[in-house]
Amino acid sequence: MSVAPRSPNMNWLPLPPNLREDLRAAMDPSNPVDRLEKLASLAAYRLGFLESVQLDQAFGQLNLKQALGFLSIRLAILSSSTVDHLAPAIRVAGLRRRLLIDVHNGGFGQYQQDVLDPSSLLHQFAPQVILFSLSAREVIGNVPLTATLEDVDGIVLKFIGELRSLWRKARETNSATIIQQTFVDVTDTLFGSYDRLVPGAPMRVVARLNDRLCEAAAEDGILLLDIARVSERDGIEAWFDARRWFQGKLEIAPQAAPLYGDFVARILAAQHGLSKKCLVLDLDNTLWGGVLGDDGLEGIVVGEGSATGEAYLSVQRYAKQLKEAGVILAVCSKNDLEAAETAFRTHPEMLLRRSDISAFLANWDDKTENLKTIAARLNIGIDSLVFVDDNPVERARIRQSLPGVAVPELPDDVALYVRCLSDAGYFEAVTFTSEDRHRTDLYTANAERAALLGSAQSMDDFLRGLDMSVVSGPFTALDHTRIVQLFSKTNQFNATTRRYTSEEINHFVKLPNVLTLQFRLLDRIGDNGLVSAMILRPTGEDQVLEIDNWVMSCRVFGRGLEFEAMNIAVEAARHLGIKRFIAEYIATPKNNVISALYPSLGFAAASDPEVANGTTRWFLNLADYATCQSHIARAGVGS
Amino acid sequence: MTDQDILTKFDGILRGLLLDDSIVLAMDTQREEVPNWDSFNYINFIVAVELEFGVKFKIADIESFADVGAIVTQLKNMAA
Repeated sequence: MSVAPRSPNMNWLPLPPNLREDLRAAMDPSNPVDRLEKLASLAAYRLGFLESVQLDQAFGQLNLKQALGFLSIRLAILSSSTVDHLAPAIRVAGLRRRLLIDVHNGGFGQYQQDVLDPSSLLHQFAPQVILFSLSAREVIGNVPLTATLEDVDGIVLKFIGELRSLWRKARETNSATIIQQTFVDVTDTLFGSYDRLVPGAPMRVVARLNDRLCEAAAEDGILLLDIARVSERDGIEAWFDARRWFQGKLEIAPQAAPLYGDFVARILAAQHGLSKKCLVLDLDNTLWGGVLGDDGLEGIVVGEGSATGEAYLSVQRYAKQLKEAGVILAVCSKNDLEAAETAFRTHPEMLLRRSDISAFLANWDDKTENLKTIAARLNIGIDSLVFVDDNPVERARIRQSLPGVAVPELPDDVALYVRCLSDAGYFEAVTFTSEDRHRTDLYTANAERAALLGSAQSMDDFLRGLDMSVVSGPFTALDHTRIVQLFSKTNQFNATTRRYTSEEINHFVKLPNVLTLQFRLLDRIGDNGLVSAMILRPTGEDQVLEIDNWVMSCRVFGRGLEFEAMNIAVEAARHLGIKRFIAEYIATPKNNVISALYPSLGFAAASDPEVANGTTRWFLNLADYATCQSHIARAGVGS
Repeated sequence: MTDQDILTKFDGILRGLLLDDSIVLAMDTQREEVPNWDSFNYINFIVAVELEFGVKFKIADIESFADVGAIVTQLKNMAA
């Protein structure tokens, strides 16, 4: 009897009830949009290799490159092993996040030629994202076992250097985002534990490659797809099967394709601001053991002293760490509000404190309504929420009523909760800035401001009382990461939803005729951080600039910053001899809040106002511009 | 499990992979007789069978299965 193949763990996704029948039903003649919605909902389940292929086949039949409410992305995979079997799972994981991913596979082992030859199929495909999936084999083969550390470093750095010039070339020709897969360790041991002390031992070479790769990626602003780490976590047997390598040069085992696809889609989603933002936690048997209402404050299990208590504490610790990484925490529990808050304020073993929670809802209402309230209070989309609840009935209900909310299939054992949340990858990031570290403080500060608003006589009083000031100027190198992030994460105040890679932002900054502006808002409660950015580019017409995009963080909505920002933009443009602005508003499911932005700033509708579905065009003659009123002073220029 | 039970499961797997509901495999069916069952989809088929039945075929067997019946027979041997 042979041993069954091992598969990577995807336990946070619920098992499909009856996939084969559902797929058949989804394929019944109906319009393609309904079918797509049905397939996207099936993609939310835990699908194995075969199920992913089946769903992908059904998706392929629709032959849809674009659909309303879905984001289309062209992804090219360049590889030194066979990767054809990964494409279906990548597309399925895309559907799981409402992405339509068009996958192009470069020729096996052809990645250098693909990048360097301007007439290659790769360039014809015009990818927005290029994923390099390379094997460490070609490097290991060049390192003799007797190599010194210097020898190894020389070979590794030469390889990484060549890779970097390929990244650069690929970026230049396609202005694509580059993702590099980390090197999977499929090596075998030679000396046993002593391998680690031999620089030329294959496993050491792979480790060195990954070290140098990470340094290069950080320097060049390349994103990593960390298959090396996840394959160690699941066990290399779940990711690599020597038989598949011999059979067809597959370095990623087919049973790992579904998780590989999910890893790819996480990064693509993160890049487009679609990662989750808020962790919503149930209380009883999720953050502590027992039921507060029945067992009382003394009866709940949490903290040192019992193994179970420590396990619950580990959940709290992980939530606290996520908060430090910029994730907003919320509570949604069927409990008495006062009793629940008291537990946070007074229970000595509680690690999470009331002040860690940005929205605290404890009542007996339906959790669907409570989740909607949480999203509204925090001013984030409902699909930015992750709902963590030990009760399978509540989970099933939310999955059904709010399909955009991520609901992990929590294991039965609290000891495994953290692993489940961490494996699910809900909070995948493509940047991490000091703004993130302080994001939750900013939400708390906003709650203070909301309290101030409550006591103010009028909105005007409130705004005046805030003593706001703005620091503005062109994009600075110091704020580069934050600017890239603002454009990639903002969904509501986002005029055109054009996203820019780090490279593209740098490109704009260097162009002489482009006007870039960044805005930092301060008030008496604190620094709101860099909250808005605008790019104005030439149109070809003399003395005219078009607002290519303008974004503003939702945490400063309603403060009148858009008015002062436009005052500043007009002044800066007049300085350059500009006579007219053109602006476009491209409607998405999320940016309705600014549909009337440009008319409110004095822009007039262009003669062809409705260009396409939900897109409106506007213009402003700077000579006619009447300075907008605001309560925001100028604090100076700079960052 | 009878040969036919296994063949029926094979049908389901291959239909899913090739998106062809007309596929009906027999013990003496050879890969070349089934449209689109190329070497890539042969790997996929073997993977899906291994996952479904919880077995791992030997590389030499994978390379030398003469027809569908050989896979069925090998599966039964492994289960025995």
